[in-house]
Amino acid sequence: MPRLEARPAPSPLMGYLAPVLALGLTVVFGTLLFLALGKSPVAGLRVFFVTPLETLRGWSEVGLKMVPLLLCALGLAICYRSNVWNIGAEGQFVVGGIAAGGVALLAGADAPRAYFVIVLAGGIVGGLAWAGVTAFLRDRFNANEILVSLMLTYVGGLLLIYLVNGPWKDPKGFNFPYSKTFDAAAMVPRLFPGTRLTWGIVLAVVVLAAVWLFLARSKAGFRLAVAGHAPLAARFAGFSAREGIWLSLLLCGALAGLAGALEVAGPLGQLTPQISPGYGFAAIIVAWLGRLHPGGCVFAAFVMALIYIGGELSQSRLGLPAAITGVFQGMLLLALLTADTFIHYRVRWR
Amino acid sequence: MTAPAGTPRLALRGISKRYPGVLANDNVSLSVAPGEIHGLIGENGAGKSTLMKIVYGAVRPDAGEVLWDGAPLPAHSPAQARRAGIGMVFQHFSLFDTLTVAENVLLALPGVTDRAGLARDIEAMGEHYGLPVNAAQHVYSLSVGERQRVEIIRCLLQKPRLLIMDEPTSVLTPQAVERLFATLRQLASEGVSILYISHKLEEVRALCSRATVLRGGRVTGTCDPRQESVASLSRMMIGAEPPRATGAARQPGAALLEIDRLTMPPLERTGKALDAVSLTVRAGEVVGIAGVSGNGQGELLALISGEDRRAPPQSVRLAGAPVGGSGVVARRAHGLAFVPEERLGRGAVPVLGLHLNTLLTHDAGLTRGGLISASAIVALAASIIARFDVRTAGPTAAAKSLSGGNLQKFIVGREVVKQPRVFVVAQPTWGVDVGAAARIRQELVALADAGSAVLVVSEELDELFEICDALHVIAGGRLSARIPVAQASVERIGALMGGGAETEGAHA
Repeated sequence: MPRLEARPAPSPLMGYLAPVLALGLTVVFGTLLFLALGKSPVAGLRVFFVTPLETLRGWSEVGLKMVPLLLCALGLAICYRSNVWNIGAEGQFVVGGIAAGGVALLAGADAPRAYFVIVLAGGIVGGLAWAGVTAFLRDRFNANEILVSLMLTYVGGLLLIYLVNGPWKDPKGFNFPYSKTFDAAAMVPRLFPGTRLTWGIVLAVVVLAAVWLFLARSKAGFRLAVAGHAPLAARFAGFSAREGIWLSLLLCGALAGLAGALEVAGPLGQLTPQISPGYGFAAIIVAWLGRLHPGGCVFAAFVMALIYIGGELSQSRLGLPAAITGVFQGMLLLALLTADTFIHYRVRWR
Repeated sequence: MTAPAGTPRLALRGISKRYPGVLANDNVSLSVAPGEIHGLIGENGAGKSTLMKIVYGAVRPDAGEVLWDGAPLPAHSPAQARRAGIGMVFQHFSLFDTLTVAENVLLALPGVTDRAGLARDIEAMGEHYGLPVNAAQHVYSLSVGERQRVEIIRCLLQKPRLLIMDEPTSVLTPQAVERLFATLRQLASEGVSILYISHKLEEVRALCSRATVLRGGRVTGTCDPRQESVASLSRMMIGAEPPRATGAARQPGAALLEIDRLTMPPLERTGKALDAVSLTVRAGEVVGIAGVSGNGQGELLALISGEDRRAPPQSVRLAGAPVGGSGVVARRAHGLAFVPEERLGRGAVPVLGLHLNTLLTHDAGLTRGGLISASAIVALAASIIARFDVRTAGPTAAAKSLSGGNLQKFIVGREVVKQPRVFVVAQPTWGVDVGAAARIRQELVALADAGSAVLVVSEELDELFEICDALHVIAGGRLSARIPVAQASVERIGALMGGGAETEGAHA
């Protein structure tokens, strides 16, 4: 019987190489998958890793997908570093989108061009409030944040479905469950003409730098890290455990809410029942693939964006089912977890 | 006893075991005759525990062989070791708190189904060896000494022919140690071999007829400890005689730390309630709290440090200021510094560098506008490392990369450089090598010389007698009256540690 034995000193270098290794394994399993489906692996992998990057428009689409993934992953990285297991970024994204959409729908035709700033602020507040529910229940009643944040994700999703089927449904929308399309002033401006990329990506870069600084250099970030690594040391030092819960969840909620706002007031332009193709969940993979480090999250968000776009392209170009995106995400996560396991443990044959 | 006469019961030949970065055992040989009590002595980290795990089958040696009655024991497991007749009582107990004594014993005896009979056997065995226990009692309600009895009885019921005792007295009062020794001598007279692991030289001299000394994984001597002095054994063990801290005569000043009739239920169900604890530490004195661990020390320390802030404000005072309900940071502002018993994970964050670990208790001058000044924390860590002779790769080395003694020097140093008005330290030299321990004790005394109030909680009576001006004893959550060291004796302190009379409740 083989069994796992903890390694006395896990290699830090391998810790950083694991995401690359996981990506390599995903390519290997992807090849096998395409073969099993009777498709050419070369054509299949090309659709995932080359085609999206052949044109400027392709790059802009990758950037467009990276923004929500990166923002959610940065927030989650803060949570996980603080030992707060928020897996509800999806819900915080959706409620952020709802709040932003609500603000956007209030804009009149004569709203000033800067109105979109209020829309984004609405999204931040929405995500923050949704994460705040989890923080409150954890802080006040010691409720498990994994369960609460996950369940609130479904509540948020149902709230969105109710709104677009009910009060916010476009009266001229032929009974489709969509809101009105937002006025131009509520929309985040495009960065370049001819692409769908918005100023959201610039905002994401600013957030990236801020989160980096927060985690690496700020005393508050240090307090979160201590709470995450050694809760007893945090108590010994006099750092508040409640601060860690509230601060990390609210920051994550704000970032996920901002991501939701950028999505509905960006490429979508209206509320629909599906404002997120699972960005908040995929961002969990992004955060771990990026080793909970802001720089690593950029790399991981890029890979994840390719998988999203590759998944869409392989439906049209190769006739594969939409599930291919989820399959690739799953293979990546599994490969990463496997690599991490073998970094911390070795197999002993008995 | 099938082996011919004169064959040792256990013989180790050339045992070596290497762990990454350390040679734990280097060509170690020793033998134990039937009915012999054999001491295995050495400092923490000398390789004693590794060697015993090899005998017990929990660790496989890289080289060498284990002979049992003259025949090699093949690569084995703890289960096989137990079947062969090797029993081990561990330093840290391996009992389930929520089960009864009988249930705990039952788990170690596969095949036994007669519970009532087992309970009778347990109590009969206890009677025979002077280890009284109640088989129906739940383990969580037992004292540490009683738990050890259960461990020993559990071993004895397996009819061992070799009993390994790993630092058995570290949790016992002096009187309980005497009772344990009587039991061990009785067992030896019945033919059981005993391997007695300790770093307490007096005990080995009192109990063992032969001893093997380990230093740095190697055997540095085999002797009859009864023919040796503590000084000669200690030379074999550490290569030098331990230095001692000496303090100048001091005049105690104002009361800086006062605990006033503090009564408090424990935070956790398994904790100890404190019962009307009062104590005063003045400027310029070192006060010690002796006691077997688990008698309320941890609870009292958390109430002093501010990690537990349920105390009525007036019941904890720092330089006269009521702080019972204040947090850690507020108490630090009143001049309190605290070194907890657990270094890794509480006193320091294992994965973070020493420079970042300074931020746990230092703040002034290290941050600007909420941002940490990297140069300032590195400089602070470097100065602590230099002043306290901390052996480390550098100020940014992770706390977990340091040996226990060096990390303790760093943590104590981190607090001492602040020149705290009140310094509270738990088990200051636990697991620290002799040289570093002496250094730490000197720092504590120097702090008192400079006018601080120092409170030391320790299990090591020798240490407390060496550095303290006065002692209290904690037992069962009650604190004894203050005893000037000049009037204290090991016997008197030992009686109090066992929960004897002389505890004094409220005194203002």
